[in-house]
Amino acid sequence: MMKNKRSAFERVASSPYIVWSAIFIIAPLLFVAYFAFTDRDGNFTFENILSLSSYSETFIMSLGFSLIATTVCLLIGYPLAYCMSRTSERTRSILMVLLMLPMWISLLIRTYSLMALLDNGGLVSSFLVSIGLPKLTFIGTDAAVILGMIYDFLPYMVLPIYTSLIKIDRRYLEASADLGCNSMQTLLKVILPLTTPGVVSGVTMVFVPSISTFYISQKLGGGSFDLIGDTIERQFQNQVTYHTGAAVSLVMMILILISLAIMNKFSDNEEEIIV
Amino acid sequence: MKFLSRFYIFIVFAILYAPILVVVLFSFNASGNLSSFSGFTFYWYKDLFRSGEAIEALKNSLVLALCSSALATVLGTLASFSIAHSKSKTYQTIMKSVTNIPMMNPDIVTGVSMMLLFVGVALIFKLNNVLGFWTMLIAHTTFNLPYVILSILPKFKQMDKHLIEAALDLGCTPTQTFFKIEVPAIMPGIISGLMMSFTLSLDDFVISHFVSSPDFKTLPLYIYNQTAHEVKFSMYALCTLMIFTILILLIAVNLAGAKRDKKPTAKQRRVKGGAAK
Repeated sequence: MMKNKRSAFERVASSPYIVWSAIFIIAPLLFVAYFAFTDRDGNFTFENILSLSSYSETFIMSLGFSLIATTVCLLIGYPLAYCMSRTSERTRSILMVLLMLPMWISLLIRTYSLMALLDNGGLVSSFLVSIGLPKLTFIGTDAAVILGMIYDFLPYMVLPIYTSLIKIDRRYLEASADLGCNSMQTLLKVILPLTTPGVVSGVTMVFVPSISTFYISQKLGGGSFDLIGDTIERQFQNQVTYHTGAAVSLVMMILILISLAIMNKFSDNEEEIIV
Repeated sequence: MKFLSRFYIFIVFAILYAPILVVVLFSFNASGNLSSFSGFTFYWYKDLFRSGEAIEALKNSLVLALCSSALATVLGTLASFSIAHSKSKTYQTIMKSVTNIPMMNPDIVTGVSMMLLFVGVALIFKLNNVLGFWTMLIAHTTFNLPYVILSILPKFKQMDKHLIEAALDLGCTPTQTFFKIEVPAIMPGIISGLMMSFTLSLDDFVISHFVSSPDFKTLPLYIYNQTAHEVKFSMYALCTLMIFTILILLIAVNLAGAKRDKKPTAKQRRVKGGAAK
């Protein structure tokens, strides 16, 4: 009797979220698929998907930019997380807040801040001129866009790696030292494998927003860049091109899902090896 | 070695904070250029609030953040309750995967997909100008929900199940048990979920960009429009104000969290578990 009443209450409690997620999480994705496979009169077509071949350069460039940004973030972020994990407890908690704060500030504001620093009449360029170097135009170059991605998403790489470093049982390190590993071997054979899940998490959290960004390339690329994000954003300015935009979004979403699946597979295998 | 490691930490954090400090500093710069600081002024702040648009955007942002975080918290609490209590593993897995979708998808896809939903529904029902406050509210609530659920769900797991049984045995109805036993037990999760949604909603630009109309602009959208073509120092003032608001909110969340326990916040958990599952 009591049990029945309980489950009736549970059903009532669960229904709003089930309805909400069906309408506002699942249905929107179906709408993307619907728009991607129909033309303006609502007829089924492969035209939108096929027309994407003209965007292959965009896809390759976006992929290249985000891979470079992710790699650099990993190369900067892993040592940073490692150094942070080696500091005292007090320092760690302060560094943690310092790392979290940029993650909470709107990415738009952070991108805009970077633009203020690097702008053609800004502090960096006037400093370079004042020490006698030639005037550099930075905004509008490939490097500026990639730097924007690195700057915006670096904290998202550091945090998961740091968390997995902190969780490592110190006794593993002692055991590895006792068994004759030097610190380099310990790093390569114990610490790196144990932090793979953190690395995979970090790589995802940098790669996904980098490949889909549009405001970084708009602000730092001086408007001359066409990454996937820009393409999608532009298609949705005008109702006529919604269908192409939906097709680009769908393909990007599928590409991202595939890469996530591959990376998760990779990290799962690694974990099995450890066990 | 120790010195090197400290130096490295210092350099990276200095680079991370340099642009933010430049914006804060130059929002007080008397001369209207970016190359030198020539005196302290509040001019840009006055300039910012002279335009009704900024005030309007501030009002919109606050209303939207309050409504969407409250709605997401209520829905998320009920959802966490049903996920935590469900006996069915399949149900739990499905609900958790669905909850993960908005977190895994790039923001632009979430934004575009919601926009297509609204536009598609508007086409079916032959409505005009469907985008505005309500679509923004729905979108913000939707992207806030996973964070609320992720901060509440562990609290359900941590609470003593015997308390619920005792309450039911002593004659509480399930509804009474929920409000008198479970809600107080998960309160820390509810509060951190609420504050996190409020912050996320205040910050969001990408999703809002797609589901908003020119009649309903929030602060990030206003900043985006204003900075499209030129450097505006009043926007530096606005960014400074927003940075300090976030700073205060973050400190409040951390203090509240430090008092209760030393568990990681759900934002950290998202980062940790984001790719894992």
